[in-house]
Amino acid sequence: MNHFKAWNHVLIQGVLALFLGLSCATVQAEDEVKLDKAPVDTSNLPSLQRGAQHFMNYCMNCHSAHLARFDLLEQLGLSEKQVKQNLILTDAKVADYMSVVLKAKDAQKWFGVPPPDLTVEARVRGADWLYTYLRSFYRDDQRPSGWNNRVFPNVAMPHVLWALQGQQMLQGQGGKAVLVLTQKGSLSPQEYDRFVGDLVNFLVFMSEPTRSARLHLGLWVMGFLLILFLVARALKREFWKDIH
Amino acid sequence: MVSQVMGWIDERFPLTKVWREHLAEYYAPKNFNFWYYFGSLALLVLVMQIITGIFLTMNYKPDARFAFASVEYIMRDVDFGWLIRYMHSTGASMFFVVVYLHMMRGILYGSYRKPRELLWILGMAIYLCLMGEAFFGYLLPWGQMSYWGAQVIVSLVDAISPEVALWIRGDYVISDATLNRFFAFHVIALPLILLVLVFLHIIALHQVGSNNPDGIEIKDHKDPVSHIPLDGIPFHPYYTVKDIVGVSGYFIAYFGIIFFLPEMGGYFLEENNFIPADPLKTPPHISPLWYFTPFYAILRAIPQKQLGIAAMGLSVLIFFLLPWLDRGVVKSVRYRGTLYKSALAAFVLAFLVLGYLGTQEPTIWYVNPIARVCTGIYFGFFLLMPIYSRLDKTKPVPERVTS
Amino acid sequence: MDKIQADRGRRRLLIGVTSAIGGVGVGALATPFVLSMLPSARAKAAGAPVEADISKLEPGMMVTQEWRGQPVWIINRTPAMMAQLEKNAHLLSDPDSDRSEQPEPCKNVARAMPGHDNILVVLGICTHLGCSPTEKLKAGNEGGMGSDWPGGFLCPCHGSKYDLSARVFKNMPAPLNMRIPPYTYLDDQRLLIGANKKGG
Repeated sequence: MNHFKAWNHVLIQGVLALFLGLSCATVQAEDEVKLDKAPVDTSNLPSLQRGAQHFMNYCMNCHSAHLARFDLLEQLGLSEKQVKQNLILTDAKVADYMSVVLKAKDAQKWFGVPPPDLTVEARVRGADWLYTYLRSFYRDDQRPSGWNNRVFPNVAMPHVLWALQGQQMLQGQGGKAVLVLTQKGSLSPQEYDRFVGDLVNFLVFMSEPTRSARLHLGLWVMGFLLILFLVARALKREFWKDIH
Repeated sequence: MVSQVMGWIDERFPLTKVWREHLAEYYAPKNFNFWYYFGSLALLVLVMQIITGIFLTMNYKPDARFAFASVEYIMRDVDFGWLIRYMHSTGASMFFVVVYLHMMRGILYGSYRKPRELLWILGMAIYLCLMGEAFFGYLLPWGQMSYWGAQVIVSLVDAISPEVALWIRGDYVISDATLNRFFAFHVIALPLILLVLVFLHIIALHQVGSNNPDGIEIKDHKDPVSHIPLDGIPFHPYYTVKDIVGVSGYFIAYFGIIFFLPEMGGYFLEENNFIPADPLKTPPHISPLWYFTPFYAILRAIPQKQLGIAAMGLSVLIFFLLPWLDRGVVKSVRYRGTLYKSALAAFVLAFLVLGYLGTQEPTIWYVNPIARVCTGIYFGFFLLMPIYSRLDKTKPVPERVTS
Repeated sequence: MDKIQADRGRRRLLIGVTSAIGGVGVGALATPFVLSMLPSARAKAAGAPVEADISKLEPGMMVTQEWRGQPVWIINRTPAMMAQLEKNAHLLSDPDSDRSEQPEPCKNVARAMPGHDNILVVLGICTHLGCSPTEKLKAGNEGGMGSDWPGGFLCPCHGSKYDLSARVFKNMPAPLNMRIPPYTYLDDQRLLIGANKKGG
């Protein structure tokens, strides 16, 4: 009897292990560059506010976020007035979607590809990719924009934040190549990392505004289900005394 | 008062009779184990999918211009829309987890064997219907993976009959017309069929009675006076209270995923499906969702297109023949010999490896060679079964169920 | 025997506890579904207060402003119209608007904000079954309302009649006076409909 049971167990565990293994395996990266961990914390409102500010100042000149409205920013602890005065740089209303003035056709002409909409970009690329990408631009005179990127080779987007980061150069060959800061920007490397971190945190928030609510509610639901499970198991055992 | 009302109803509708025959006096074997949770769980998932689906339909727009944005509208603007959407998307994958385990149970304990052949066939029909439901539903978010997934699958039809593919799409490419009709199939046509099939599945089960891990008939040993199977216990209350435990356990996994891992690392919600469908640009890596990948790997493993399609179709349909391929003298794996056990272990392993390979890019050197070996094992398990199941050295089966 | 008794008690307790927790669970599970049918964030954003400019609204004229997809009428009443309002009292079902809905400052004969008595802002929806009444502002038989018509509104659906303060006449299908939405004056010429105070 034990023998059969053990065999049964192995099968169950095998199925579960494979299922979990599959779910944990990350999708293979297209490139060899190791991604840095992005400091994502969507409950950190000051970080999200700074990120929103950076997004409006630097990204929204070209990129839209047309599935989100400006009133989204009110969830970051800002009043309608603050959003209107500090974060809406056009004549858009708070209830408007975050579309962009740049026309797709012009963008096609200037960059070769239209800049993607960024509403849910963080769910497409992942926070770590964005965080590494925005810190991996380097000078490359062979590119039309004068910039290239380690994470996204031959990217069409120029290094919009170069005045903040400064200039990096790629030194060395292949997998061992490293990025070296050759000209200082207005921010120190630590400040720049924090700048990009806030921006990516905001992108994560924007891609799923209910993320914090989800994680928070989840704990309550798990606690409740655990109690339900224990009580239900006690009930089952009570009834099954008849059988055993 | 209550008994008067019940009497009034019972004269007009067999409510008490149904309650007795299907719950209070439906005698199930007393030795069900862990594997026996998944039947009732499948029913639960079906109900949850229908309810969440109804509420998603209230805000979803089956229009190529608005579909993607309407899903994001549900995720952002509808109160708790995100929760309902995650419940539906996670439920879709969990449906397959539960159904695969339910099928595995049937295979382990020979639940498809006489007199349960029709029960098995109805179950397989449900599985096919579910695959269709998943396929049609996956187009609806109108993301890149939705679009190109549908494109690839319909192209398989195209390889057999371009006219039929055109008829399915209603256009020369996957388009608004396709989306609209897939929506109709997903929200009404297949759910109706699914409900009827599930009803028939349960009726058929209660006609023949449940199998059990020992694979022996409890109806063979009845109490001479009451005619109740000696190893049977009333479904209610014993298995209802047991299934409540199963449901609570399932919910812990289900809501755990919903709240903490809704994308499941890209296996339940794919990254590229957060890019709106673009008919001019295929994403670099196309693969179906995980529950189709074993069959997809078989398709890719075979270098000739039509043959590959045939093999893929056959790999699903061959399950229907299981009751007649198995010639073993015992039903349950507990009393089978090494030969059968090895074949089954090889099959399960091949199925899982195929599932993994189906998610990998075919350009990786080892993917297709290994997939070919696994395809061989997969079909070998079925086609050689009449031989090895008969040769298998089985153990003696006990008279009564073991506990 | 005692053991069986104890078991029965324990069993009943466990059934009770499981049912209670399960009931709470079902209720909690139903909640998001019920709430999802309330107006979404987009609907709320679209239903935000709207501004109306009344600088060009001449006496005796009416403009319609959309708020939450419903018509809000703004009427600049003439002194003659205002004089008529007091005289209607005995004809009306709720002359003092005791049972009807309006912002507290508007609970008066003119049903208007003090200081802007002549400006009527009203949600143009009949309180009977939700049709939008037709304007019959001019007194007398000009609009086919009979020579004793004091001026007001007629609902085309079931014939409810209202006076120029949107108060319903006696013996009409409609039970209440038309609703006055929350609104506020940003300055003498600009109204904000849907908000009690500036920016609120």
